[in-house]
This record gives sequence, C-alpha cells and structure tokens, in this order.
Amino acid sequence: MNDPARPEPFGAEPEPSIDEARLRQQAIGVKLRQMFDEIVNEPVPEDFLDILRRADDKGSVGGQD
Amino acid sequence: MVQRNNLDAASETAFKRDLVALIPHLRAFARTLCGDAAAADDLAQDAILKAWDARSSFQMGTNMKAWTFMILRNQFYSEKRRSWRQSQLDQEAAERTLVAADDPEAPVALDEMRLAMGMLPPEQREALILVGAGGFAYEEAADICGCAVGTVKSRVSRARRALHGILEQGAYDRDGSPAGEAMRSILADAERLSGPR
Repeated sequence: MNDPARPEPFGAEPEPSIDEARLRQQAIGVKLRQMFDEIVNEPVPEDFLDILRRADDKGSVGGQD
Repeated sequence: MVQRNNLDAASETAFKRDLVALIPHLRAFARTLCGDAAAADDLAQDAILKAWDARSSFQMGTNMKAWTFMILRNQFYSEKRRSWRQSQLDQEAAERTLVAADDPEAPVALDEMRLAMGMLPPEQREALILVGAGGFAYEEAADICGCAVGTVKSRVSRARRALHGILEQGAYDRDGSPAGEAMRSILADAERLSGPR
C-alpha cells in the first residue's frame, strides 16, 4: 500500500517449498543480527563517555559550557 | 512538571551504569535510523543526555533498553520534523550510509544485506531491526514505535518478504553481481555461522 520500495517478491519464479522459504528467512535473520551486532561491537567513541562524565560533575547536564 | 535529581546516589550510579551498557545498542539503532554514521552518533548522544536528564522519571526495574530506544526514536523523529528535509531523505540517506559504512573487508553478503535494508520503507526497516536484531518482543517494539502490536507484526512480515525478494532478485543498485548471488552467499554464510549460536 504505502510502501513504494516493495518489490514483487515472487515474480516469475516458481515458489520455493515451505522448508526452503523458512531456511532462507532464517538465513536473512542471521545476517541481519550480524549486521546489527557488528555496530554493537564497535568500540564506543570517547565522547560518549565524556558526556556522562560531565553529567557527573554537574549533577545535571544540558549543553552549557 | 520537571522533576530533578530525586534519585539517591546509589540509584544514580546504577542508572548510569545501565545507561553506559546500552550505549553500543543505541549507536547501532541510531545508525539504522539515521543518515550517516556521524549523524547517528550525534543522535545517540542526544538521546543519552535526554535519558540522563529524565532519569528520575524512569521506573526502576522496567525495561531500560526499550525506554532509551523510545527516547532515541522520538528524538530522531522530532529533529526530522523540525529541520530535516523530507521523508525521501530516509530512503536515500540510509542507502548512502549503508554503502558508506561498507568495510571493504566485510563479506559480500553483508554488503548486500545493507543495501537491501536501505531499500525498505523506514517504518518496515525500523520494525525489522527492533524485532529481528534488537531482541525486542513485538509488544516492546510496539511501545517503542507508538503503534499497535498488529502493526508491528505486519511491518515485520512485510519487511521480511520484501528483503527476501530484493536479495533473491538482486534488485538493489550494484554492478557486477548477478541476481540470486546475494541470497546464495547469505545462505552459505548463515550455514557457517549458525553452528555456535
């Protein structure tokens, strides 16, 4: 409906069997988690810890200084 | 209505410790929403400050990850409403970032997945990320997105179908690799990876 990017998923190809389709969805799921986890596992840049350290000093933070 | 600092020192310490532990997840979620990696980090930092400032309204013992994701998402959409151009941007920017974030060493299948994710409508991408990668239940994802559980379910299932279709047909912009190639390498990778999990 309102998703313009939606492709025609099963155009001219014969539909894969249920098991095959499930296997593919699982593979996509694994890959998706891998993509997300890759970012989660990146080292956190120093400035992230700085903002909370600054918050510590002031008790409250809000962009002053 | 502004409550400040009515947490005791021990609660503040605990809150901060939990918030720090969530930083990597917030960065990852921000990057899936946002234009580029730098903008995503800005967004994540804003959300962390907001969460910190709102710490006294957090119900201890409830799901802090869901709470901070909701703050980040609200922040993203309110900034966008204020200053960002239009919804078109979502799509284009996501595609660009996902490409820009490319690590030349990364396995091919991961590139394809990024490109394919970039082609999904934003609300589907977001639902799929929360449920498929963020580890949230449908109910939690619905709370985060401020919509009905059924809506999340249908977005996730449409996103899965669409991804499958995109990957199967190689319908993303990329030179060189023939249709079906992406799905094949994803299947091969999944097989390799699914053992230890």
